[in-house]
Amino acid sequence: MYTQSLNVQELPGQNRAAPVVSLESPELQARFDRKLKADGKIEPQDWMPAGYRKTLIRQISQHAHSEIVGMLPEGNWISRAPSLKRKAILIAKVQDEGGHGLYLYSAAETLGVGRDQMLADLHSGRAKYSSIFNYPTLNWADVGVIGWLVDGAAISNQIPLCRCSYGPYARAMIRVCKEESFHQRQGYEALLVMMQGTAAQKAMVQDAVNRFWWKCLAMFGPPDANSPHSEQAFAWGIKRISNDELRQKFIDATVPQAQVLGITLPDPKLKWNEQRQHYDHGEIDWDEFWATINGNGPCNKERLATRVKAHNDGQWVRDAALAYAQKQQAKQQKEAA
Amino acid sequence: MSTPNPQPDPSPKATQPPPLKDWPLWEVFVRSKQGLEHKHCGSLHASDARHALQMARDVYTRRQEGVSIWVVPSNSITASNPDDKDALFEPAADKIYRHPTFYDIPDEVGHM
Repeated sequence: MYTQSLNVQELPGQNRAAPVVSLESPELQARFDRKLKADGKIEPQDWMPAGYRKTLIRQISQHAHSEIVGMLPEGNWISRAPSLKRKAILIAKVQDEGGHGLYLYSAAETLGVGRDQMLADLHSGRAKYSSIFNYPTLNWADVGVIGWLVDGAAISNQIPLCRCSYGPYARAMIRVCKEESFHQRQGYEALLVMMQGTAAQKAMVQDAVNRFWWKCLAMFGPPDANSPHSEQAFAWGIKRISNDELRQKFIDATVPQAQVLGITLPDPKLKWNEQRQHYDHGEIDWDEFWATINGNGPCNKERLATRVKAHNDGQWVRDAALAYAQKQQAKQQKEAA
Repeated sequence: MSTPNPQPDPSPKATQPPPLKDWPLWEVFVRSKQGLEHKHCGSLHASDARHALQMARDVYTRRQEGVSIWVVPSNSITASNPDDKDALFEPAADKIYRHPTFYDIPDEVGHM
């Protein structure tokens, strides 16, 4: 489960967003502000500023898209899992991701956007999803690393969202976070097993970590200094902790886990800073990150094509279910008449 | 997870429902244990009630979260209007004598 604290309509180099000026009823706005200040939840029937609604629709639908696109890189490994046990675990995890997508689409729908519209936006490439899924899963260790690091980063991002001001989003996140802990643990455990194997197996784990580490750090979004919409998201109670702060927390938690696992994290600048009581780390390659977001990652086209094909291949099932329901409805009406 | 529209037209123009066009939205309620109440846990789209039950089972009870499921068409739910919140619920705020803690009972009486 994966969210990326990022607003894809911004490009690097853009300046701080202009403050949102409300053209709406000051009385309603005041009531909304009071509610946020009291840390109350905003519910679907409540009045909300148009910008708040728009931001949430974009963030929640992107989040939902990430869940279902996230099924693809791991789904590739279901038929190639090394044992029946690992296959059962992977199926359960991929099924969870589909469920998480549904919770999130449902939450977005409460804001007045249709499921069909959201899917159309994903399939046309208009809507974005987490860039982490635009990288390939080359070997079995990648599946473990996705659980350990990608899901680990996602959990760090999602825990503060459980306190998001929008009720349906917060409730969806609580459900998701409960299920997510299994995802991270199964991945880490799969790697522990590989690390007890042959030199080649250990090398596979190290290779997978090398390829995913920096991408995972980028999942937290641009540095705070270059995150123009953050301030508004904080004011609205959508964001609770800054990108850099979450990233630091994730690094601090992960370094000891890597030591137990017996691999090195591919950052020569990674060092404990006694004064800060945090790990210092090297620079993230943001150019590569933005290139991937903007469609030029190694798997962007393949992921989208697979997703669209799956949707189209399922059309007859949806049609048949609807035709059956219509027939039953007509039958009942006839009997009632 | 969806919330129904508040106060739909109270006078049902009850003739025939329009023919189905999309899978309608259903609200899902799950009873977690024998003896407990069903609780709302989310919503989903499904073509009919049986389909909705099947989907609810797959989505909301993968880890033995329930022993029974209800599904209700979302548009069958009538909700109170948020604007009426004060009128509906405020009057109860000053009636503290409705709570057992309002009453002082000597300690020697023990649990009551």
